[in-house]
This record gives sequence, C-alpha cells and structure tokens, in this order.
Amino acid sequence: MTARIGVVTFPGSLDDRDTQRAIRLAGAEPVALWHKDKDLKQVDAVVLCGGFSYGDYLRAGAIARFSPVMDTVIEQARAGLPVLGICNGFQILTEAHLLPGAMLGNDHLHFICRDQKLRVENASTAWTSDYEQGQEISIPLKNMDGRYVADEYTLDKLEAEGRVAFRYLDFNPNGSLRDIAGITNEAGNVVGLMPHPEHAVEPLIGTGRTDGLPFFTSILKKLVNA
Amino acid sequence: MSRTPLDTVEHAAATPDVELPWAELGLKKDEYERIVEILGRRPTGAELAMYSVMWSEHCSYKSSKVHLRQFGEKAPENDALLVGIGENAGVVDVGQGYAVTFKVESHNHPSYVEPYQGAATGVGGIVRDIIAMGARPVAVVDPLRFGAADHPDTKRVLPGVVAGIGGYGNCLGLPNIGGEVVFDACYQGNPLVNAGCIGVMRHEDIHLAKASGAGNKVILYGARTGGDGIGGASILASETFDDAKPSKRPAVQVGDPFQEKLLIECTLEAFKEKLVVGIQDLGAAGLSCATSELASNGSGGMRVTLDDVPLRDSTLSPEEILMSESQERMCAVVEPDKVDRFLEICDKWDVIATVIGEVTDGDRLEIYWHGEKIVDVDPRTVAHEGPTYERPYARPAWQDELQADDAGKLPRPRSGEELKDQVLKLVGSPNQASKQWITQQYDHFVQGNTVLAMPEDSGMIRIDEESGLGVAIATDGNGRYAKLDPYTGAQLALAEAYRNVAATGAKPLAVSDCLNFGSPEDPAVMWQFAEAVRGLADGCQQLGTPVTGGNVSLYNQTGEAAIHPTPVVAVLGVIDDVARRTPVAFQEEGQLLYLLGDTREEFGGSAWSQVIHDHLGGLPPKVDLERERLLAEILISASRDGMIDSAHDLSDGGLIQAVVESALLGGKGARLVVPDGLDAFTFLFSESAGRAVVAVPRSEELRFTDMCRARNLPAIRIGVVDGDTVEVQGEFTLTLQELRKAHEETIPALLA
Repeated sequence: MTARIGVVTFPGSLDDRDTQRAIRLAGAEPVALWHKDKDLKQVDAVVLCGGFSYGDYLRAGAIARFSPVMDTVIEQARAGLPVLGICNGFQILTEAHLLPGAMLGNDHLHFICRDQKLRVENASTAWTSDYEQGQEISIPLKNMDGRYVADEYTLDKLEAEGRVAFRYLDFNPNGSLRDIAGITNEAGNVVGLMPHPEHAVEPLIGTGRTDGLPFFTSILKKLVNA
Repeated sequence: MSRTPLDTVEHAAATPDVELPWAELGLKKDEYERIVEILGRRPTGAELAMYSVMWSEHCSYKSSKVHLRQFGEKAPENDALLVGIGENAGVVDVGQGYAVTFKVESHNHPSYVEPYQGAATGVGGIVRDIIAMGARPVAVVDPLRFGAADHPDTKRVLPGVVAGIGGYGNCLGLPNIGGEVVFDACYQGNPLVNAGCIGVMRHEDIHLAKASGAGNKVILYGARTGGDGIGGASILASETFDDAKPSKRPAVQVGDPFQEKLLIECTLEAFKEKLVVGIQDLGAAGLSCATSELASNGSGGMRVTLDDVPLRDSTLSPEEILMSESQERMCAVVEPDKVDRFLEICDKWDVIATVIGEVTDGDRLEIYWHGEKIVDVDPRTVAHEGPTYERPYARPAWQDELQADDAGKLPRPRSGEELKDQVLKLVGSPNQASKQWITQQYDHFVQGNTVLAMPEDSGMIRIDEESGLGVAIATDGNGRYAKLDPYTGAQLALAEAYRNVAATGAKPLAVSDCLNFGSPEDPAVMWQFAEAVRGLADGCQQLGTPVTGGNVSLYNQTGEAAIHPTPVVAVLGVIDDVARRTPVAFQEEGQLLYLLGDTREEFGGSAWSQVIHDHLGGLPPKVDLERERLLAEILISASRDGMIDSAHDLSDGGLIQAVVESALLGGKGARLVVPDGLDAFTFLFSESAGRAVVAVPRSEELRFTDMCRARNLPAIRIGVVDGDTVEVQGEFTLTLQELRKAHEETIPALLA
C-alpha cells in the first residue's frame, strides 16, 4: 500500500506540480486539492506548496489562510494530520497559527534564489525522520519574504522544545532570527520551512542533488507503517 | 458635463470637413490621406485611433519590413519549422510529438521611464505571446543592456529593471534560465530591456490568431480595461471628443503578475478541452490590435460591442478603450456551444470573461458603442496594409575612420606581471564580472525541470520526464562588434548563440531576434539596420537555422547619439537526453584542457581593448560559419558520447575569461601552457570566433583527438585541470581566491 498526499493549489501557487512530482518520486500518490474545496479527499497528509497565493497581496499567506480548504486543513492538522508548508506554505501556516511566529521581507530587500546549506535540527518530526539529527543538507531557497521572526519568549520556547527543525548554515539569506529556516509544532505533525525540498529530488535537475527527497520518504514511511 | 455628439460612421460620412488630430496621434499627412482614401470618407475618431496605433512603427514595422523580408526569402529549408514568421511566435518541431515556441521582444523605452513596471510588463507581454500559440510557458530569459556601470543613473535603472523582471517572472512560476547583462555608455538613457520566453506544446495543440466560422463568439478575458498605456490618449481625451476628462494618464502600463498567472492556467485549461478556435493576446495597441488581427487572419468579418468590455474606469471613451494597453488581457474565439464551458473555466480561476462580439459572414470589422456603429473597416487595411517605407540609408562617413583605428596597435602587456594585472582587471570589469547579484534575484528552479541556468553557456529545460528530451536557449549580441561592422556583428551574435547552445550539448535548430537600433530617420542608423538584417539572414541561411520571428526596436537614441547597433540573437536547440548535457564548470582534476578552433590576433571591439584602453576601433573578429557548424557538431558528438566533461565557448574576454569562469564555477584551478606559434597575450585575450575550450577525461583523449583530426577541427592541448590556482606557465599564477574576489565583488560593490 501507499499513502495519498494532497497538494493544495491556491490561485498563484507555483510549485504544485513540482511537489506532486516529488511525492510521486518518493513512491507516494499525489492528490490535487483545490483552494475553493473544503474536501481533502481523504488524503493522509497535506503539502502547502510554494508560490504567491492570491498574489501575496495584503501579506504573504494572509488571504490563503481564509480559503475554504484551509478550514479543513486547520481543523485536521490540530487533530494530527501531517501538514508540510514550503515557503508560501510556511507563511500560510504561520498566518493560520498552526505554527508560531511570522515572516517579514528579506533584510536585504531583494528576492533571493540560491542553493542553501541547512542543518537538520530535528529529525523526529513526521516530515524529517529520514534525515540524521544534525545532518547538513543543501536545497534551493527562493523567496522575497523569508525573514522568520518571533518574540524572544517564543524563540526560547522553540529552542528548548527542540522545535527548530532547520537552521541556515554558513549564510543567513534573509535575516531570520537565530538562523531559523524551519520549525515544527509541538506534536511534530506540522512542519514549515522556507527552502524548497521539492526542487532537490532529482540528480540532474536544479542543483543536481537529492537532499530534499527525505521529506517525502519520511512521511511515506510514517504513513505506511502507521 | 457637456458631451459632443458621438462620432459615428454615419456622422463621419456627413461631416467630411471635421479636422481630426491625426498629427498628434503620430500619423503623417500622407498616411492620414491614405486612410481617407481606403474608407472613402474621413475616419471616425475610433477608426483613427485604431489606424494610428496599428500603423505606428512599433506595430507595423513600416521602416523595417522591407529589410525583414529577407528572413523569409533566405529562409533555409528546414522541416522543423511548423509555424514561421508572422504569427505571435514561431513554432519548431523538437521531436517526440513536441513543439516549442519562442520569441524575444523589447521593452526598452518604458523601462527607462519606469524601470520596474517597464521591465515587468515586458515579461508579461512576451509570456502572453507564447500562451497565445497554445503553449505552456516553461522558461524566460532576459538580455539586458545598461549605461556605464558606475553612472549614477544606472543605479536607478538596473535595480528597478531586475526587480521588475524578478517581481513579475517569479510570480508567474517561470524559471529564468539565461540572458545577458552588458554595460556600455552608449546605452545611457536608452537601456535595452529585451525579454524572451519559451513554451512547449504537443503538435496538435498549436493555436493561431484567427477568427473563423461565422457565429463564433469573441471573448475578452483577463483584467478589466483601464486608462493605462494609452498612446496619445491625452489628445484623444481633449477638446475634440470630450472636454471634461482628465487629460494626462501614465503612458507606462502597470503589471499584475497574479492576474497573468491565472490567465495562463485558465487559458491552458481551455486549450486542453479544445474550446478555442483562435486566440490573440492584447499587447501593444490593445483591442485595436486583437480585433483587427483576429478578423483579418480569419475567413470572415467581426462585430464587436464595445459597451460590453469590462472597464476599470467607467468614464473611458470608446477611442480610449480601443487604444488602452492595460495588461493581462486576452481575446479568444469560441464556438457558441462551447462558450458556457469556456466561461466556467474562467470563473473557476476567478478570471473575468465577457462575450464582446462575434465572427460574421462579411469581411468588415464593425464596432458598436451605445448601439451606434463607430468603426466600419476592412480589418486587413488596419492590421496588414499599413504604410511601408523605403527609408534612405547610407554608410556613415565615420565608418572608415573607425575601422582604420586598429585595436592591434594598442600597447600590449610586456611581462608576466603586466599580463596578470590585466587578467585581474578583465575578469573584474563590470561586463566580465559575475552577474550573480542580478541572477539570484530570479527563480531558476520553479517547475522542477531546469537542467542548466546562467551562468551556463545556455539555459536548458527538460520537457519530457520519461525520455529526458530537452531544449536549450542562448541569447547573444555584441554592440561593439556591430558598431565596427554591422553585417559581421550580427553574424557574430548568431555564431555566439549557436556555439553556446552547442557547447551544452544541444543541437541548434532555430533563431529569434530582437533588433535594437537608433532612429530609422537617420540614414546611418538605417544602414546599420539594413546591414545587420542582411548579415543575420545570410548567416541563418548558411547555418540552416531559420528565423522564426522576432522584434524590432527603433528610436533607441537620445538626440543625435544612437546606441550601438545591437542585434540580439536567440538560438533554440534540442537535446535528446538532458543527462548528456555539458556544463561550464571544471568537474575533475587531471582532466585535459583542449582549445578548439583557430586563434588569431583579433582585438577589434574586444573586452581587452575596452577594459584596458577604453578603445573601440578596427574590425571585429572574422566569421567562418562553416567552422562554427563543424565546431558545434564536434561539441554535440563529444557530449553525446561522453568524451568531454565540461565545455565553454570563447567570446568576449577570450580564453582566459572562459578558463577563469570554468575554474571558479567548479572550484578547481588550471595549469595552462602557451601553445607553439602563439604569444601569451594573443593566447589569453584574442576574441577569435569559432572556438571553445573543453575538459577531456584522460581515458577519452585519444578518441576525442582522433575525432577532431578526422573532421579537420584544430584541437590543441593547452593544459590540465589542477589545484587551486590558474597558472599560465612561465607567465603568472593567480589563486582562485584572488580571482573570485575580483570576479564576484564588482557588481555588488557598484549596485548593492
């Protein structure tokens, strides 16, 4: 058996087809979900992919968070449904309060697209168990609003509870506090990060590495073994 | 509010003596008289609006088309060409049932006035051209030229243009995989912002801009129509038609990439369900262009009710609606029983769609406003039968003097130390320096099919996940060469783009161009244009790569000073399996470096002459297109059969520039030996065309050199990939660290 993983398409989503491909390459079945549809088609997990949902007007992720599909995603994520938010998806997860903190514009004020080195700080979430704790990986980063911020209390709490999932290594590309690239919720079923694992799943394409594939194999193993 | 009576067709016929503002709309007296002759009466205000924009230089190519005909007349026999010049973009067969469409356009003037929006809407326009052919856009490229890198205005224009391209293109989800950034004082005040796009479709999905089948509905969809980008709108909106309107409106359109992304998805979904008979995007000249072109390319006429056009500003006059260049709009012709489904798809994507007219039996384009007929024309006279000018042209008197000022006579470096110093200056000069600060503002990864992106020799995109079929594109142009000799300069641009495609392992198939020149009213500029077109057409004929379409941008000049003639050439190639692609970066130490081609003492227009001596004179490098073809065949064979691990074409900056780039990208140095018969200076800095440097694994050396010998391509061993320095034996050594600092810090220091 395999797992069915939903990928939500909002108007302005860009990496939905890439994410579906990554899920397929990992051996799971991608299921297209539509923003106007509350029905999650009984998927076992959901990915909110990158892009500029609703043009990122108002604030990145702020409108998407109120779309019909998110009502169900929020409700089921709280009940344990694994949800991964990549880039714009991470922004939506913070806007939806499934993850703490917020994303501001990059400190250098430019869009930045680069191959980014990261350290896996938590290899026990639903989406990271196929990594080694402390493993160094390189996957593409591309965003305009990627500066992760939260108050000191929240940051300390995230650190203390091991909920910083990924940290930028060598170079902080956007001014994120404490070099935070991605975080998880307490239960470990909801993970959000700015870099794009779905762009690092094939040896010939993009950066030529497959460092992003374990995101999708992690969840597949978890769901199949569950 | 007082309104003058509506200028209907009937009213126009009854009032032959009413003076219309044809001169203010940019028409010449004889052009206006011709319109009167065509119609047999004076035009209505709306008709005049349509003719004035469609007969503009930009839309009608009236100064350039007598020359552009050569692209068709000299087109080489090529089975791969599915759709040629004249449609929104040409279409090329790339095998396995796939077709690729690509085109380059200019958005030069708006990008100087308002860099962000000018560049952004340039991307938007070219992408809609590609969708209008039925293709899914898969990549964009941006050849850019700015004034001197250290000029204060460059710091205004460049960051705005780059942010605009990124801001728009990144939101569309199109990887930006190539292009160029060139600085030269001649572009001060006239930056060149060219934008290219590639789209992919199945053969059966090709769509054309034509309205056929009486009774079929004309649907306008996308953004509402506003008052932005109206050429000469201030005149139309003044006394003659209506006193009470605001008279000034911005001439530069404002882009909304989010709307464009929805337009792409909704159009592709409509294509997939085969709901579309004909399609046209709304770019320059807006509805005037879309309706007249759709109608004149189809079999019948068209009737349009202008009242049904969704407006952003309800006070717009019919003339303004016809001339508006509001972005993110398209026009589709749909059979009546498919209209509902088409509208449903638009609704799914929250795209406004409205039936504004239908195809008729006749051969007239009729447009109604408030129930009255305000346009009644033969659409062909608007779209295709505009004026044609045989502008006078003459080789300028200064050309001889310029060519006599031989760059070969410039003082050359006399010691290893001087060579080393000049190498550092060269690789750190703005034109030769790393453009990473710029390109990292573009998304290269989206869609998950990017195999190569800049700074590779060409961008490469996989189009079939199963077979690995891919396409490559390179754009090149060297205004300095073209200034010295426009005919040769155009061929050098073609040769370089062709070589760049081959260097990555792809087979060059077809050409698109963007011809950027000064004022056609200057005979010297017109001569440059005529020579460049002749050179490009001859070159394409010889290489067997047809020109599938392109764009002409004239009037790139301030006062008497025109830009360097700048033909930018895009070459599209195909590769059977992207796994065989060849990158620029050195891969493994110990691999042998071979220089392919002949190196001569050619420094006219070179980067060296510019960087070290601020000199432009002499003759550009010689072109030998047969040699280019042979070199390309060798590069493609070597890549396919695994004989080379990296390749880099030699162009501006010569051999040393290429070696430094390969070394820095691969993080591996090189030891070079000056070959017999060449001096170190010529070896390092000559810009002879038809050359490349390749890295050959030792196990493949014999096979590779045998192949070159058998095909008569000169191949000399010049060194080895090794260490963390670039060493030219007996001359100098530079560490990768020194080179990286020189190469990578220039642009951020100037612009960040």
